[in-house]
Amino acid sequence: MKKIKLIEIAHARSGDKGDGVNIGVIARKPEFYKILKEKVTVEKVAEHFKGWVFGEIKRYELPNIHSLNFLLEKALGGGATESLRTDNQGKAMNAALLRMEIEIDSEQ
Amino acid sequence: MKKVRIGTGSGYWGDRFDAADTLAAKGNVDYIAFDYLAELTMSIMQKQKNKDPKKGYATDFLSVLKRILPECKKKGIKLIASAGGVNPEALGDEIVSIAKGMGINLKVALVTGDNILDRLDELEKKGCTFLNMENGEPFSSVKGKITNANVYLGAEPIVEALKNGAEIVITGRNTDTSLFLAPMIYELGWKSRDYDLLANGICFGHIIECGGQVSGGNFTGGWENVHDLANLGWPIAEVYENGTAIITKPEETGGLVSSATVKEELLYEIGDPTSYITPDVIADFSQVYIEDAGVNKVKVSGAKGTPPPETLKVSIGYADGFKAFAEISYAWPKALKKAKIADKILRERFKIIELEAEEIWTEFIGYNSILGPISEKEALEPEEVRLRIGIRTKSLAEAQKLAPEVPCLVTCGPPNGSGYNLGRITPQEILAYWPALMSKSYVKPDVIYKESKV
Repeated sequence: MKKIKLIEIAHARSGDKGDGVNIGVIARKPEFYKILKEKVTVEKVAEHFKGWVFGEIKRYELPNIHSLNFLLEKALGGGATESLRTDNQGKAMNAALLRMEIEIDSEQ
Repeated sequence: MKKVRIGTGSGYWGDRFDAADTLAAKGNVDYIAFDYLAELTMSIMQKQKNKDPKKGYATDFLSVLKRILPECKKKGIKLIASAGGVNPEALGDEIVSIAKGMGINLKVALVTGDNILDRLDELEKKGCTFLNMENGEPFSSVKGKITNANVYLGAEPIVEALKNGAEIVITGRNTDTSLFLAPMIYELGWKSRDYDLLANGICFGHIIECGGQVSGGNFTGGWENVHDLANLGWPIAEVYENGTAIITKPEETGGLVSSATVKEELLYEIGDPTSYITPDVIADFSQVYIEDAGVNKVKVSGAKGTPPPETLKVSIGYADGFKAFAEISYAWPKALKKAKIADKILRERFKIIELEAEEIWTEFIGYNSILGPISEKEALEPEEVRLRIGIRTKSLAEAQKLAPEVPCLVTCGPPNGSGYNLGRITPQEILAYWPALMSKSYVKPDVIYKESKV
């Protein structure tokens, strides 16, 4: 097993949905999609965003484009206009997720 | 096979002002659609109209029109814009006046019926509850503070305008995707029950409606290899009657359209991909295919559709207090420690001066201001740090208490405090978003026409 950051095998885009954020995560190669499905679980993402995201997290699959979509509730300190955060629209939440470490088989 | 080429001339109010120039000049497009609306843009426009009854629309569109109208008229390019805000008729008059000034004959259509601000009492009596669809809170908690109320309309009234020969269609709070779907329905002969075709149309509209974000901007999948973003080419969907499309951009422009940029944008601001709800169709994006089809050409297909719901979404804005921010920078040595002490001093001062805040929020720019605790985990001691403190208050008077406390930090705080910004400290009123649903039976869109005849 070896540890890598998600950014090595995926790219992503994020945006605001009220006080929530969605993060679309796309495998850089089709064969990486299996790793995303196995390793980037709701539990793992919740742990990663502890202290920054306070609501429910949902995961959706888009197999034809080798992507996952995450919906994170209570993630922006009140939503775009109410929020006092610099990133009040969650434009960098994708970077936050891509920084997450996952463990993969050494051959992968 | 029939096809239509639609370009995006604006993704939001304040987008690059010359975006549509290249589309009109060499995009070989049939339509240019302009989206000007975010959730609370209507609130801002309503405030402008309250001050001046002739305002309340996206003035940007008039500047665009002055640049491209003669070329569009010559080539027969039609324009569809959600620029009408809360005053489509005033914008319509301005458009006609510009056309007359240029000696151009023009038929303009104005879609109305979305604005229900004056109908809220009537609609409540008819049984509309306007419960907050995100948190279930009752409408009574914000009544009296409402700044705007607009229903999201679909493609139908725009299609009607096109059938009646409109060359420019102006809407209020139409859905972003309806601006793009309408010309597909009109040109390709799609019917209101062709749910799969409509769903694909919504998908293509969603992909290009944010402008530069699909043609190389905000791209994490390889941004360092995207060139010439200063001349970024604005996206075009070439849509075929069988419900497939090629996403592309004008020749000899900067940026990039690739399967990776299109995938990122398909996923932008969506929730459950199997249920993208619009007034026209519920689209399922989960089975979509996105494939490279040449240089800056990407084929998109495979969305599925089911009938739209009986309800329409309502965008309600309300005033919800004020916020103010202050910033000051600290340098080596121990920049972070100095900034943290300055923060502590400010918070103690708030108690002394009895500043009543709903929330106080501190960030250290250069350390944790964007990614929060995720940055802190791996951060090194920064060379310099900028303290940014924000407060949210019920009244303007409370928010105004922040400003006088900041300059004193230089002389009464840790050493080297520099660059405090009193210029940007002016409190802003918070306009908050109240999304709700209502029965569509109470909404009757109307289309008004204005003409320039020279």
